[in-house]
Amino acid sequence: MASVVPLKEKKLLEVKLGELPSWILMRDFTPSGIAGAFQRGYYRYYNKYVNVKKGSIAGLSMVLAAYVFLNYCRSYKELKHERLRKYH
Amino acid sequence: MNENLFTSFITPVILGLPLVTLIVLFPSLLFPTSNRLVSNRFVTLQQWMLQLVSKQMMSIHNSKGQTWTLMLMSLILFIGSTNLLGLLPHSFTPTTQLSMNLGMAIPLWAGAVITGFRNKTKTSLAHFLPQGTPTPLIPMLVIIETISLFIQPMALAVRLTANITAGHLLIHLIGGATLALMSISTTTALITFTILILLTILEFAVAMIQAYVFTLLVSLYLHDNT
Repeated sequence: MASVVPLKEKKLLEVKLGELPSWILMRDFTPSGIAGAFQRGYYRYYNKYVNVKKGSIAGLSMVLAAYVFLNYCRSYKELKHERLRKYH
Repeated sequence: MNENLFTSFITPVILGLPLVTLIVLFPSLLFPTSNRLVSNRFVTLQQWMLQLVSKQMMSIHNSKGQTWTLMLMSLILFIGSTNLLGLLPHSFTPTTQLSMNLGMAIPLWAGAVITGFRNKTKTSLAHFLPQGTPTPLIPMLVIIETISLFIQPMALAVRLTANITAGHLLIHLIGGATLALMSISTTTALITFTILILLTILEFAVAMIQAYVFTLLVSLYLHDNT
């Protein structure tokens, strides 16, 4: 049988559901760890959609769509009043 | 309606933390750097555009003025990208805040003027008096030229703020009018919608033009003073 992989080194999709809380607690939450997470995420997106031979507009537009969505979430409180109703 | 019109200009704060910092820093994500000779399409396009703009804008300066290239190019990129991002729905445009535009205009103008005074004192002082003025007019003209010099940073900041804010407000108002007219008379709503389309095209142009004008004027002040 293959040697057991320690919990810390497993990827998210390989972690069993019961082990999930302990896996989350084992992640690196130091400032440099969080910065590393952002950097990894950025480069993952960049290398998949932008840094390719025939990049398309989709790489940029997904970022802008996410920006619009985040701004909508931010101003939802003021926009709640604008819903379609008879009397404002 | 009045309160809703101006809520998009409030600086975003989430749980007391300034979210506006993240929004100001966001355009930097859209300009990736690349050390390669042949990079991806995105970076190549940006490099081409930047080369075009820098050649057009910095060719009039001498070698001392051309040390400002990095500053002016990042300025035009920042203002242009911030203005264009502000045209997206629900977004916050930092350049609508007078505080930020003053923070950009005053140091740049002051830098250009002080460089002129330190290095070419006589020439910068000579700018206060245009050539060939009749002698009795000289005192008044010097006062007027001094005032016009000190108004330059204010004009830079207020021009940018007013243009972008006015454009955003017009879009809000005409969009609201279109929506309200839809149930009353569809034809008028269509006309208003066409006006909205034209206005949006104008706003795209204004976004870029304002960036250009700001940078051009700073470069002009620099040219006078180097």
